[in-house]
Amino acid sequence: MLSRKLSSNSHGQDSSYFLGWEEYTKNPFHAIDNPNGIIQMGLAENQLSVDQIKGWLKRRNLTGCEPGVSDFKELASFQDYHGLPAFKSALAAFMGKIRDGRVTFDEEKIVLTAGATSANEILMFCLADPGDAFLLPTPYYPGFDRDLKWRTGVEIIPIHTSSSNNFRITTSSLEQAFRHAQTLGMTVKGVLITNPSNPLGTTITRSEFNQLIRFVDSKNIHLISDEIYAGTVFNNSPDGFISVAEALHCGNHSLSQRIHLVYSLSKDMGMPGFRVGLIYSNNPSLVSAATKMSSFGLVSAQTQYLLANMLSDESFVHSYIEENRKRIRERKQLMVSRLHEVGIPCLESNAGLFCWVDMRGLLDESGPSFGGEKRLWTRLIHEVGLNVCAGSSCHCSEPGWFRICFANMDEWAMEVAMDRIKSFADSIRGQEQAAGTVLGQRFILLLLLSFIFVDDLGRTLSSQVKS
Amino acid sequence: MGIPKDGGNGLGAVLSKIATDGRHGEDSPYFDGWKAYEENPFHPAQNPDGVIQMGLSENGLCFDLTEDWMKSNPKASICTAEGVENFSSIANFQDYHGLPEFRQAIARFMTRIRCGRAKFDSDRIVMSGGCTGACETLVFCLADPEDAFLVPSPYYPAFNRDVRWRTGVQLIPINCKSSNNFQLTLPELESAYEEAVESGVNVKGLILTNPSNPLGTTLDRTSLRELLEFTSRKKIHLVCDEIYSATVFSSPEFTSVSEVMHEVECCDPNLVHIIYSLSKDMGLPGFRVGVIYSYNNTVVSIARKMSSFGLVSSQTQLLVASMLSDEEFVEKFLEESPRRLRARHRKFVRALGEVGIGCLQGNAGLFFWMDLRHFLKEQTFEEEMRLWRVIVHDVRLNVSPGSSFGCPEPGFFRVCFANMEEGTADVALGRIRAFVSKREHDGEKKRKWGGNKMLRLSLKPLRYDENNILTTMSSPDMMSPRSPLVRARN
Repeated sequence: MLSRKLSSNSHGQDSSYFLGWEEYTKNPFHAIDNPNGIIQMGLAENQLSVDQIKGWLKRRNLTGCEPGVSDFKELASFQDYHGLPAFKSALAAFMGKIRDGRVTFDEEKIVLTAGATSANEILMFCLADPGDAFLLPTPYYPGFDRDLKWRTGVEIIPIHTSSSNNFRITTSSLEQAFRHAQTLGMTVKGVLITNPSNPLGTTITRSEFNQLIRFVDSKNIHLISDEIYAGTVFNNSPDGFISVAEALHCGNHSLSQRIHLVYSLSKDMGMPGFRVGLIYSNNPSLVSAATKMSSFGLVSAQTQYLLANMLSDESFVHSYIEENRKRIRERKQLMVSRLHEVGIPCLESNAGLFCWVDMRGLLDESGPSFGGEKRLWTRLIHEVGLNVCAGSSCHCSEPGWFRICFANMDEWAMEVAMDRIKSFADSIRGQEQAAGTVLGQRFILLLLLSFIFVDDLGRTLSSQVKS
Repeated sequence: MGIPKDGGNGLGAVLSKIATDGRHGEDSPYFDGWKAYEENPFHPAQNPDGVIQMGLSENGLCFDLTEDWMKSNPKASICTAEGVENFSSIANFQDYHGLPEFRQAIARFMTRIRCGRAKFDSDRIVMSGGCTGACETLVFCLADPEDAFLVPSPYYPAFNRDVRWRTGVQLIPINCKSSNNFQLTLPELESAYEEAVESGVNVKGLILTNPSNPLGTTLDRTSLRELLEFTSRKKIHLVCDEIYSATVFSSPEFTSVSEVMHEVECCDPNLVHIIYSLSKDMGLPGFRVGVIYSYNNTVVSIARKMSSFGLVSSQTQLLVASMLSDEEFVEKFLEESPRRLRARHRKFVRALGEVGIGCLQGNAGLFFWMDLRHFLKEQTFEEEMRLWRVIVHDVRLNVSPGSSFGCPEPGFFRVCFANMEEGTADVALGRIRAFVSKREHDGEKKRKWGGNKMLRLSLKPLRYDENNILTTMSSPDMMSPRSPLVRARN
């Protein structure tokens, strides 16, 4: 009676990423009303800088009905999928500013979409046919399983990365993934990365950038860079934040037509509810097709108008970007240092609203396994009261890693969360020590018993020999 | 291997089939007239000779009401001093269930439009990116690639995109006839269904707009029951696009599919779905408020997950929730909007009648279905297009040719009347009078009313009686509009 899409589960919403979300909604932490509830650390939201935006709104007092400034009738009627020109212009400028002016953007190459969710899906519809594949480095954002595959019929082939080199992309891992797709009979249409990475919180190095560009060029395929966290880069890595946008002006015409960016205001501006996303591309055919597809999810004219005003205020944008970075850096440092105190390391990162946390030391077996990771995740939710994102839901190839978000709560909740982790880690270590002590005692006992046995045996044998 | 290298400027080769197959339909004449308007748009002061847009079905007659409401209710906006305290929670809210108050307000509004004859459950309200997004998402839920939906023709052209483009689903028109006011007959429906099935097509459902776009008419209770009975018996879906439900301005009153479900014994609610939007009834197309309302729980659940691809901005959800919860405002709006639509409709059809141009008797919508067959030298679609170009470029009115709606008979045009100021309407009518008068002067012969059997029926000049009720001139040949789903004559 219904379509096959309804019976498939490639919406991916049975994964622990979404299940943890559901558990949280049943028992959400509140400092006063529910202090023992689950603290949400699985949602990459930015609530650190919303006061700055509220302050701006209070100063401006917009209604959307100011004559001469905005005509309500025009706004209410505005459904042109090319978008409000003032908004796209402000967005293009904003994107340049969060990259510190190292690259600039042309508003004519922007396609507005209903969030990055829609942008990524539209790119799949435009660049690939059902059964084609895109290569994605693992670990990756769990929502991609829905956004890229569900309604499009496109497949994801993982580019496996390893903790041994800090999960960096290499040419050999790219080639391996490409070959794997071929053995499965799939046509590879491109590579998709998030930069800064979700869930790693790192930006690509110059070496990774060069390898990626060389690879997509040699294979004549597309490169999509989802740069939704571009404004969260709080530390300059040695290479600085290298946006894939640099390749748009590479001088290689054919290649520059196959490089595309995705962006959204959900993370940098903390406005996921407003559903503002975009595709940026040099390729006019793609821009044209994607613009038509955006009809299925346009940005509300009311929202475009508000944000056009906000993002055109250059001095506000400048101070917002700086302050936002500072607060993200401070909150991240707080979490990393508290975790470090209890012997839990994090991947060194320079961006994002989360850390990639190494909890292999807390797994319950002698060797790491995904079964152990799942058990640890379950304990974290139900005993510790923290919803974190298990690495397996991000398709990480190594068990024991977790993404823990830090920017969607106040400092009090962060302190409570860190205390809970400390108690938990201490209790596990205490159990291990106790278990270790018990084991040690048993081992010594066995050793003693074995000496006695051997000694007895020796005497028995020697008595036999003697006799 | 990767994408084959293309020589020259073959950039299209690097895109998918969907991106390059043209099934978005934007190369149709429907959009050509739009482009002519965009290049030379009418403005009463700045460009009084420009093209008047009469191809855009928008409700511009009640902006004053919504604007006044917004000015009087600053708390409904998160941008104002009064409303800014809501900013954090609203800006952060991306739950695809939508704000509860939003869903409740929409459900109440839909119930009120139907005067309580059907009640809507807020838990079944699923958001979408306008009705465009609602239609596509629903088709993704109900059908697989190569499956088909039937649609009575003439139909809203963008269904070609919304139903077919990215879903791979087919749309099979059922050609309706002017001889019975283009109303869908049961034999026509049965015949189209059987033909499709016999040719190996998997028919998944029937989709229709009620009130109809482009006809501006509503389906009566008997017809709806018969359609529902048919789809239930055949176990196919019935998708009713009720986007114009609150634009009904004269009798017969609107009957929604939601009202007749319990009257059809074999009706399976799992096969009944409504799509809706505030774009037409409230005149808010820019705010992208679409709704899927399904009586099938699985569809509700999955469509809700799919709504992630086109959620309504939380800023807009808050505004709409506040506005539609204001019962006094809603009552006033639902009374005033149809009144203004009726007045504007009357102005046009009366003036057209005076110059011998007839329209289908309509009681809803933001447009009327105009009959210009007597202006065609031959009853062909080439002639229709030739006439249309004259109307767009010489008369400078962007109307929509019937062929862009898949109309099986040439010579009909959809004319929108609600998207302009009163002064602009006067200019448009003046141009039409001048055009007709010039044709008469040039000696072009018009076929007389009633002189041809094909023309004898419903499309006579209309009039309003002393009670301001729209009626047709009496004619023994007129089909009663009260039972449009009639058996076709032999």
